[in-house]
Amino acid sequence: MATPILQVRDLRTQFAMPDGVIKAVDGVSFDLYPGESLGIVGESGSGKSVTALSLLRLVPHPGRIVSGEVLFRNQDLLQMTDQEIREIRGRDIAMIFQDPQSSLNPVLRIGFQVDEAMRAHGKSKADAHARTIELLTKVRIPAAESRVNDYPHQLSGGMRQRAMVAMGLANAPSILLADEPTTALDVTVQAQILELLADLNRELGTAIVMITHNMGVVAGLCSRVMVMYAGQIVEEGPVEQIFENPQHPYTWSLLKSIPRVDALRHERLRSIEGMAPDLADPPAGCRFHPRCPFRIEECFTKEPKLLDVAPNQRAACWVTMDRARREMVADTLIDIHPGAGSGVRPGEEI
Amino acid sequence: MTRYIIRRLAWMVLVLFGVAVVTFIIAFLVPGDPARLYAGSNASPASVAIIHHQLGLDRPVYVQFVDYLWRVLHLDFGYSYRYSAPVLPAILQRFPATAELAVAGVFVEVVVGLPIGILAATRPGSIWDRITMVFTFVTLAAPPFWLGLIFLYVFGALIPIFPLGGYGAGMPQYLFLPALTLGLGGAGYYARLLRAVLLDILPKDYIRTANAKGVTPGTVMFRHALPNALTVLITQLGMDLGYFLAGVVVIETVFAWPGIGKQAVDAIFNLDIPLVMGTVLFGALLIVTANVAVDIAYTFIDPRVRY
Repeated sequence: MATPILQVRDLRTQFAMPDGVIKAVDGVSFDLYPGESLGIVGESGSGKSVTALSLLRLVPHPGRIVSGEVLFRNQDLLQMTDQEIREIRGRDIAMIFQDPQSSLNPVLRIGFQVDEAMRAHGKSKADAHARTIELLTKVRIPAAESRVNDYPHQLSGGMRQRAMVAMGLANAPSILLADEPTTALDVTVQAQILELLADLNRELGTAIVMITHNMGVVAGLCSRVMVMYAGQIVEEGPVEQIFENPQHPYTWSLLKSIPRVDALRHERLRSIEGMAPDLADPPAGCRFHPRCPFRIEECFTKEPKLLDVAPNQRAACWVTMDRARREMVADTLIDIHPGAGSGVRPGEEI
Repeated sequence: MTRYIIRRLAWMVLVLFGVAVVTFIIAFLVPGDPARLYAGSNASPASVAIIHHQLGLDRPVYVQFVDYLWRVLHLDFGYSYRYSAPVLPAILQRFPATAELAVAGVFVEVVVGLPIGILAATRPGSIWDRITMVFTFVTLAAPPFWLGLIFLYVFGALIPIFPLGGYGAGMPQYLFLPALTLGLGGAGYYARLLRAVLLDILPKDYIRTANAKGVTPGTVMFRHALPNALTVLITQLGMDLGYFLAGVVVIETVFAWPGIGKQAVDAIFNLDIPLVMGTVLFGALLIVTANVAVDIAYTFIDPRVRY
């Protein structure tokens, strides 16, 4: 495989809160290759957004990146001066956000806000303006010439998100970080935005990191996926492979919780029992063990490492789904609750 | 928009009518006979009675009131007992001095207050934040008459770099201390207000978007954050300007500044009721106008505001 464009090593980002340190990102490592589209999935609070924000050092107060490396073209973004990272932001690595309503400045015209992404990186006003119209047309905003003079509140949600995408692509970045860009939109508009991102990924070769809690979005756009749980990566691999054969019980549960049209009517949707763990005081051992149907004794005390479970696929699990299927009747399990498959019950002495 | 402006203007008229009613009632309740004052202390009771009649003070209250309103509508604010001259020209003659002081005072508020507010908001909890917040607390708490006297004592008497009050048209050395006294309290308020508003704005998503584009911190502050804070600031600014223009009584008195505030105080001591009423009404007109101007300014500052 080609050399990665971005290498993240042991990234840790923490928030010092009054009642303890929240370890939002706790030792995340991954590679991103030029032109690929990587999905990062997980529940709210799993650390996926903070991971993306950490890459550009945009973590809000009181968050702090405490350790790790983010190598972009062999330069560590975390060691750069403020001036140097500003030059990277928006030019080489751009980011688009979840809620286009709140992510666009309400008192500035759309055109100005897109222009600015280029003018911050040395483009002249006239050049930037011309390219803004070109970009807005490219993201399929009709009558772009007049729309540039609109304020955000004059556009629909979908239009606003298109403008955000245009802003992100303004400098033809090599990486686009998309933080739940479709979550706040109608389903049909979601599909349009995803299609737009897929086109841009194909045409311009922009590497996309898609952060989402929606497995469907990953299936539609990404070639590789990383599953995060409680600030850590629990599984990663090619999308088809992960969907076909997830090895981490959390990934398996996530996939079980997606409604399927082809499912039999009597098949119940599986929700994952329990709550996402408190990141100020995460569970010992595997962080998923309090909710895991297939936990064994090791899971309570020993932290699993991310290990190869199949070609290109890695998971951090003592059991893995292969064994759960073989030994714990995972496929026919009806009542999914913690310890259901393995028989290790909550509160039980171990 | 036009309908909105008409509505606001109608509201203005209503407020001014209310002010006229209140001032008239207060003036009527003030003890002492203006006719006696007008005639002088040596006048005979007979001549006082004649003047009483000439001033129309022997008519029923409601007749006096309707007459008063009617004249006010024709911009006739009455006749000053003290100066034996019409009230409105007397006010207008003093007004430029007040306007000069008011504008300078607002200028001090903005020039001192806003940078402090920005400094404090960008470094919350820092030593800068704490120093400036103590400073603004002091300027806010200090009564203007006291602050004015201290300034006069220090910079007029101890180190005589400024004149001990008085006024010279176009001479900034006279303006400096009164403007500083007038503006400093407001500056403290503006600093705190802007700090609070910015602390609310800076964590917003659109500020993060701006940062993600790689713009400089200066651009983030002045292009993205401040314009969103403007509506709050303009509201306060308009109110202050109107309030100052209506006469800064205490500061004009401390600095012997010949504005309408000082004139109003003198008028009160002289029981010059038409002049007092005229000044109050004139001041109310300025304050109400400033308020309406602010409301209209919103539509230009915030594109989401439409009437």
